[in-house]
Amino acid sequence: MREYKDKINAQKQDYYKDRFYHAPQTTKIDIKGSEFEYLFDEFNNNFSVLNSFIELDIAVFIINKEDNLKALRKAKDLGFTTFTELICSDYLAKDNSYEVQYLLLNMNKKQRLRIVTTCKADEAIESGVCVFKGLNWSEREAYDMLGVNFINHPNLKRLLMPDDWFDYPLKKSYPLEGDEFAKWYEIDRIFGKEYREVVGPENRDSGRVDCNDTNNFSRIYHEVPKGAEPISIAYKQEYQEDEGVMFVKKVKRADSKFIEGRR
Amino acid sequence: MQIPSKLKPYYENVAFSKEDGRMIINLGPQHPSSHGNLRLVLELDGEKVVKCTPMIGYMHRGMEKMAENMIYQEFIPTTDRMDYVAASANNYAYVAAVEKLCGLEIPRRAQIIRMMLLELNRLASHLLWLATHALDIGAMTVFLYCFREREYVMDLIEKYCGARLTHSSMRIGGAMLDLPANFTQELLAFCDKFLNDVKDYETLLDDNRIWRLRTEGVGVVTKEQALSWGCSGVMLRGSGIEWDIRKEEPYLLYNEVQFGVPFANQGDTYARYKCYMQEFRESVKILRQLVPMYRESSPELICNNKEFVSASKEQIMTQNYSLMQHFVLVTQGLRPPVGDVYVPTESPKGELGYFIKSDGSTRPYRLKARTPSFWHCSFYEELLVGTYVADVVAIMGSTNIVLGEIDR
Repeated sequence: MREYKDKINAQKQDYYKDRFYHAPQTTKIDIKGSEFEYLFDEFNNNFSVLNSFIELDIAVFIINKEDNLKALRKAKDLGFTTFTELICSDYLAKDNSYEVQYLLLNMNKKQRLRIVTTCKADEAIESGVCVFKGLNWSEREAYDMLGVNFINHPNLKRLLMPDDWFDYPLKKSYPLEGDEFAKWYEIDRIFGKEYREVVGPENRDSGRVDCNDTNNFSRIYHEVPKGAEPISIAYKQEYQEDEGVMFVKKVKRADSKFIEGRR
Repeated sequence: MQIPSKLKPYYENVAFSKEDGRMIINLGPQHPSSHGNLRLVLELDGEKVVKCTPMIGYMHRGMEKMAENMIYQEFIPTTDRMDYVAASANNYAYVAAVEKLCGLEIPRRAQIIRMMLLELNRLASHLLWLATHALDIGAMTVFLYCFREREYVMDLIEKYCGARLTHSSMRIGGAMLDLPANFTQELLAFCDKFLNDVKDYETLLDDNRIWRLRTEGVGVVTKEQALSWGCSGVMLRGSGIEWDIRKEEPYLLYNEVQFGVPFANQGDTYARYKCYMQEFRESVKILRQLVPMYRESSPELICNNKEFVSASKEQIMTQNYSLMQHFVLVTQGLRPPVGDVYVPTESPKGELGYFIKSDGSTRPYRLKARTPSFWHCSFYEELLVGTYVADVVAIMGSTNIVLGEIDR
């Protein structure tokens, strides 16, 4: 029988779950009466702000995804002349959406601002490249890693993964060691699909050691040519002392040299 | 059109002419200045770059994915591998984000040790930058000199944490170890020696005819470009914006030490080089001030917060509750509050920060590394257009990118 795997969340989970544990929240300060108040008024006049607060020194504005360009432009006018980061996270399992955040920086007032929107998986969000050019690559990255669609992006192509890679690796549903397609990707590209039987799937578990594999350093001192039977006797090993001891016992302290320091 | 087959792949490095004088060449990934996996597809008109498409290879180790599958403490050694030239800066940026999320107060001595490591690492990173940048342009002597001095820096770091490149020296909540005996004396001795070395590099390069011809007026970054492309660090300061996060949004004890923020208005490669040279001196200045601060500080190293940080060894060995708590922290990991956090730090290459979205479990729900090289590399698309092929390498060098950061 095939092993059961959670299709929605293939990430590592906590083994122990405390039913009675309620995680505390970070403190969220009201934006009214803070140094960010001017932002709230300006934003609220131009588009609808769904929620706003200050979390760990950064002002957070939650807006509709249709207003993202308006918000970016307005923020840029208000002195947030440079952006820091675009962060997308996966909430596909919860409500089939992505959360898209723009992290902006005001250098004169030394303030940071997060503009947060949500974008449904089957919808697209307007690209911000026309406001901040640097969003070019981060939107490509978001598309490549999570599959978020951006409209009017000048060059929305994969950035890190090959163009024909299947699925988006940072999704929660994507397993850590790659999926079924990842396993065969390089084999198909290098040898061709018809060689799948001959070569076998790619080992995508970096910690795996196969004791029957005599090729890939899994049997040190027992390596044999490919296809040959593994041998039971180890090759002769050479140690620092005669007769081959596992540990060096007779260290000649007098012969060793201690360097006082670099000259 | 080439028809690729399994045994006859694309010959991508064969230059072919498109029109008269038009040519597409691949700079890298084997070019020494391209770090092994950066490939620049340059469209040339004669020797002028008309279009540039940076491609960052398939190294893709999935750092963010790994972080989301690790407990918070486990990820610290992985951050070393992001920017392997300035590992401590990455350690700190990550640890600072987790600490801010958990609301931990770091003891003063741990902060001083962290600052020492950060500044030493800054020197090591800048030295490697200067060495390779000079070598890319053709100055062999500077390369050898810089690597010689870099050894001293790495010796010092090795004395503290036992590792030379991937330090993993910071822990959530403070530092694991105090400085070893005589560390401060050696640090001061190095500071005295190093200033003369910086003078040597400047003697070799500052008024060097070739150096100036290769760097002055090359790769000019305007203020608007730098802001719009998300540049940070020296790329920003080289084009006239005086913005250093250590100064503007101080973390650790940077508001207690005196140092300057070197900046230049020209925005060219030479201006960036001058900024870097001045930053050597400022770092040395900070290091000197840290030594008396260290001597006066009380010896606590790690904060006392049983929820997120293991108790001291003595307590673990004697008190049952501390042992249980330690066991939970090691096997399950710490559980930070629910929320988002981003802490900006000034790494040698620019603004470095880790954005962590926590859902209250022991693993980050989303971790996003904001690494400076990523934006500087994307900037090539605009920066390199209009320059000459020979200058591409000089500009690439001056942006000081590390491909390990760009790959996620």
